[in-house]
Amino acid sequence: MSLYRAETRRLVKRRFTKLFAIGALLILAAVVVGVFLTNQKVGPDQIAVATAKAQADYRQSVASTEQMKTDCQAAQGTAKASQFPPNCEIIAPSESDFQAEWYMPATFGLKDNLPDMITTFAAVLALAAFVIGASFVGAEWSSGGMMNLLLWRPRRLQVLSTKLAALLVGVTGLTVVTAALWTAAFWGVAKTRGNTIGMTSGVWQSFGLMELRALVLVLVAGALGFGLASLGRHTAMALGVAIGVIVVFQFGVAAVLAVAQVKFPELYLAPFWVIAWMSKEYTAQDYNACNLDGTGTCQPDTLTITWQMAGSALAIILVLVVGAAMWTMRKRDIT
Amino acid sequence: MDAVLEIAGLQKTYRSRKGVRRALDGFDMVVEAGQVHGFLGPNGSGKTTTLRTLLGLIRANGGRMSILGQEVPRHLPAVAGQVGAIVESPQFFGNFTAWDTLSLLADAGGVRRVRVEEVLELVGLRDRAKDRVRTYSLGMKQRLAVASALLKEPRLLILDEPANGLDPGGIREMRTLMRTLSESGMTVVLSSHILGEIQLICDSVTIISAGRRVAAGSVAEVLATHTSSSVKVRLEPGIDLLGAAEILRTAGAQVELGTDFFTVGNAGNPAQITRILAERQIYVSELTPVAADLESVFLELTGTAPVDGQNRQVDQVSAGWGQ
Ligand SMILES: Nc1ncnc2c1ncn2[C@@H]1O[C@H](COP(=O)(O)OP(=O)(O)OP(=O)(O)O)[C@@H](O)[C@H]1O
Ligand SMILES: [Mg+2]
Repeated sequence: MSLYRAETRRLVKRRFTKLFAIGALLILAAVVVGVFLTNQKVGPDQIAVATAKAQADYRQSVASTEQMKTDCQAAQGTAKASQFPPNCEIIAPSESDFQAEWYMPATFGLKDNLPDMITTFAAVLALAAFVIGASFVGAEWSSGGMMNLLLWRPRRLQVLSTKLAALLVGVTGLTVVTAALWTAAFWGVAKTRGNTIGMTSGVWQSFGLMELRALVLVLVAGALGFGLASLGRHTAMALGVAIGVIVVFQFGVAAVLAVAQVKFPELYLAPFWVIAWMSKEYTAQDYNACNLDGTGTCQPDTLTITWQMAGSALAIILVLVVGAAMWTMRKRDIT
Repeated sequence: MDAVLEIAGLQKTYRSRKGVRRALDGFDMVVEAGQVHGFLGPNGSGKTTTLRTLLGLIRANGGRMSILGQEVPRHLPAVAGQVGAIVESPQFFGNFTAWDTLSLLADAGGVRRVRVEEVLELVGLRDRAKDRVRTYSLGMKQRLAVASALLKEPRLLILDEPANGLDPGGIREMRTLMRTLSESGMTVVLSSHILGEIQLICDSVTIISAGRRVAAGSVAEVLATHTSSSVKVRLEPGIDLLGAAEILRTAGAQVELGTDFFTVGNAGNPAQITRILAERQIYVSELTPVAADLESVFLELTGTAPVDGQNRQVDQVSAGWGQ
């Protein structure tokens, strides 16, 4: 317990931790401000303006169609006739083509827009957790602090797992508090710059579960950063692997997959798995395939990544990396 | 007296892509309670390797070790609280202050926080304790390392080259500190290359060379068994001193000329000198062993005395002449 307290204190004391935690919070704050500024509330006034605009456009469209018809009839028999459809069959616009809601200003509907915001939140915090986790143990290794600590606490696995526990608890605290603030902030945005229509308790519950999945994602990212940095005994190792994965794997593989015309390239790209995890599923579509449906139109082949699949993938990577870190901690000489 | 530290037949082989290196080859060591024990050896002879193995940082390939009567590394967690150690100028996280560093260690080891102030005072860092370690000089870092080793009020204190980077005042302070600590009942193991210092403060020594123990015992014992290594030779008056010295040199002796005598540095067997000279009808009038200091004993035992015109490489040991 004393070791756990010491590690928590060390984590909080580190400037790197503070820097990245505050950085993540600033980014999130900037997103809230941006969303607030680009949305506005829709009331009777805005509806009236939008309806008027829609009707004006409709009338304008009707008028120009009429004009075209007259021009067409006048041109019948002349050389210009070829510029018009045969028999002047010009379809008149219908009123339903000009719906008032398309003329509304952007407004923040909590029910529709919060899921994307939660995914953004998860991505930003996961990144911060990865870097914080990597530097927390990486700097210990490269500075020799780990060796000093092991002279005090020779049980290596206990030391490493206590460090990891301190990190994960710290990250959980940060994530839970920020998630509450995040939700509250967008509730405020919805109240002032949008609406909270349709927010039943079921919807709240599903948002709660989504935030829980966000927490899991953040924790996995933190543990991965920690595990990789401990494996390489340097912060740079984890960051290197992360950059390597992004550059070589994601961009490189994406290019290769495109060239090779693989059926569902998303299957090999991490971001889609993350999206699947956050939004419960992601459906990849292959537009080269044509499956005729009842009405005779083409439907693409689809493949769905479910959150269970994404969750298992996360778990496997987590177990591999953290397991390897623990194993080398046990086995390798510390010099 | 009980042995606080016992090592028997310790083996350690480092393996890397470049091949294997046998750092310890059946090394033995015994340290009695309450002593200040010097641990000496040339560069690369295996001192740090021994201490690392003892402290559980690296795994031995063979041999047995025990600390305070407990077998290690198996019972290391039980004894770790009683062993304070620094291993080869330890590094600390540079952005933390000395106070942060020590208080984190104290927390992790369940040591009272007041101890932090005490040891900082003891090593003379009190007024700089709130500075970041990154801004410390070499000697200040070394003092911090000693402070971290003293923090848990150990029964056994292991210091790997603690004088590294200390100023003359600091070295003398370290000397008195060692004395005071050992008088208070602490056992101290000290590795150092400053042999004058070791001779002043150590009760006993172990000398290691190429991963094996080559001498051990109290300083007086070690000196006594090896005084014959260097002898002073005087010849009958009127004999060509220079010529005689040349003869011995060609036979491999390390001869140093004095005014009316010369000394042979590596004479493990002085009878050789008389025999070689007598063969040329040169007779020795005086042959006295030179009282050796720890340095010459060390150089002889480890075979690392510098030879004129040669640059000795680490790991290279020359056999003593006449042995
Ligand atoms: N991590 C390592 N990998 C491979 N070989 C090593 C490693 N550490 C030490 N050695 C080798 O083991 C031998 C003993 O090294 P060690 O550090 O124990 O020497 P030392 O007695 O402490 O020397 P010094 O007086 O220079 O501190 C040396 O030949 C060294 O090159
Ligand atoms: Mg050394």
